[in-house]
Amino acid sequence: MTDLPGDLPGKSKAEDAVPEVAPIRGSRAQPGMLGLLLGHSSILFGAILLLAMVLIAVVGPQFTEDPRALNPIDRLQEPSSEHLFGTDFLGRDNLSRLVNGARVSLVVGIAVSAVAVIIGLAIGMISGYVRALDGIIMRVMDGLMAIPGILLAIALISLSGATLTTVVIAIMIPEIPRVVRLVRSVVLSVREEPYVEAAISIGTPMPLILLRHVLPNTVAPLIVQATYICASAMLTEAILGFLGAGIPPEIPSWGNIMAEGRTYFQLAPWIIFYPGIALALTVLAVNVLGDGLRDTLDPRIARKM
Amino acid sequence: MLGYIARRVLSTIPVMGVVALFVFLMLRLSPGDPAAVIAGDYATAEDIARIRERLGLDEPIVVQFFQWLGNLLQGDLGISIFTNLPVTTLIAQRLEPTIMLTLTTLTFTILVAVPLGTLAAWKAGSLIDRAVMIFAVAGFSIPVFVLGYMLIYQFSIEWRWLPVQGYKSIFEDGVGPFFRHITLPTLTLSVIYIALIARITRASVLEILQEDYVRTARAKGQSETKVLLRHALRNAAVPIVTVIGLGVALLIGGVVVTESVYNIPGLGRLVLDAVLKRDYPIIQGLILLFSFVYILINLMIDLLYTVFDPRIRY
Repeated sequence: MTDLPGDLPGKSKAEDAVPEVAPIRGSRAQPGMLGLLLGHSSILFGAILLLAMVLIAVVGPQFTEDPRALNPIDRLQEPSSEHLFGTDFLGRDNLSRLVNGARVSLVVGIAVSAVAVIIGLAIGMISGYVRALDGIIMRVMDGLMAIPGILLAIALISLSGATLTTVVIAIMIPEIPRVVRLVRSVVLSVREEPYVEAAISIGTPMPLILLRHVLPNTVAPLIVQATYICASAMLTEAILGFLGAGIPPEIPSWGNIMAEGRTYFQLAPWIIFYPGIALALTVLAVNVLGDGLRDTLDPRIARKM
Repeated sequence: MLGYIARRVLSTIPVMGVVALFVFLMLRLSPGDPAAVIAGDYATAEDIARIRERLGLDEPIVVQFFQWLGNLLQGDLGISIFTNLPVTTLIAQRLEPTIMLTLTTLTFTILVAVPLGTLAAWKAGSLIDRAVMIFAVAGFSIPVFVLGYMLIYQFSIEWRWLPVQGYKSIFEDGVGPFFRHITLPTLTLSVIYIALIARITRASVLEILQEDYVRTARAKGQSETKVLLRHALRNAAVPIVTVIGLGVALLIGGVVVTESVYNIPGLGRLVLDAVLKRDYPIIQGLILLFSFVYILINLMIDLLYTVFDPRIRY
């Protein structure tokens, strides 16, 4: 049910068994040289855009006014030279709120992907190596994957109250199964490799095999996966904020800025549009970076997409 | 094959069981007294006691689970704390808009994404291909609700072509009003799904187009349309349909957001209202419903393969 298309019975196995054939097919399928260049240029594009966002988030708040400064007379002002992105319903400066909100998005994106990868890596390794636990762990992961992520996050937050930490945890939990499945599949393929069999035969302890032989093989796919998780976490955070189940409004986040803009949308659409565009650009940067990394780090998967 | 079907059907039971257990434990293992959490900040001691009794929180947790599971198996999702109505009744009231929105979105997505992906694969490396791929990445990056508001701004406020918000039933209000109201929500919800399906269609068709039998078909003078439809698309159908099934998860999350943007009184709005009122039985019931629908759709798709694709034999 939850199999990815590449995992279809009798399909991926046949391909994996004849890796020599694969690149020839791939080079015909992808526009060869152009594809390779595109891969690199998309890494460049994504990285530059993302760095710009990080820079804005880190130093931006130094240069803008206080995002909490109320100015009721100037409320719902159109974008002008004084307020580049206009003001909101309390007269707060939208640019400054947007710049501060970038911090929340980036922190949530990075925190969620880092923690999800670490926890997923640990569970995936256990699942791949301890046969007795594999069945149970994977059934739990299948169940978790079947629950719609946004609903799960909303429910968790409504039970525990919305803070930065609970939002990160609630977004992270639905992401774990994907990491576990990925790591487990790497472990299962690596443990059949002759060098691992050799390591076992000379009596290398299991933790050392995992650390020395399995872990390095998971790095490339995990980096790619982490970028996708980061992108989806930033989107989910904004959606939660927009639905009123995210970071509380005291801390400006792109999600809750847009949530507050809903009531005034017909009067002041820019309150939603600017953070929306900022969010879309940031997520785009991370996604493009992920695609570029996938094409260069993991050409086998790249071919299937 | 019957053995496979039986095994495949049975394999959904543990998954559903895990979902049920997780949803059950979520409330019980949350920090603090769950009854007090649900009752909110201004609750009296009686309120809390009432909720505690309603949810059976005084029993040992194992007893609670089996009672709850027993009710669930009889189709009883409990009673809403706020409205005092059975959750199943509330769900039934809100079912139509959500089902309609999902159906229009699925139809529109498949009609757009499959031809788009096929075209991109056929013209791999061309400008069209690049455009489709850029759309696929962009579609994955734009938040559903931002897209929704952009469409409202352009089509409803600037051009005044379509209503800003709301829902009209196709059965009670007629076909015209229904489509006028469902058009923007469908467009909004489709974009991310189209991005996903177009991408996977392109990849699958591209792979098939490298096959020897496609070369043979072309060599014997088969028209390109026939090559694409009869050979490529037909053989690429399995991964495409698989991803359409997996994409239902995206659709479910998107429905909640889209219904909120367009003020559609469906299940998504029901769950959001329930969150604001901390009406936990409703939240629980809807998570279970959505998860089971997702599991069943993917079960059905898997089973259909065995019927329609003779290459898949277990």
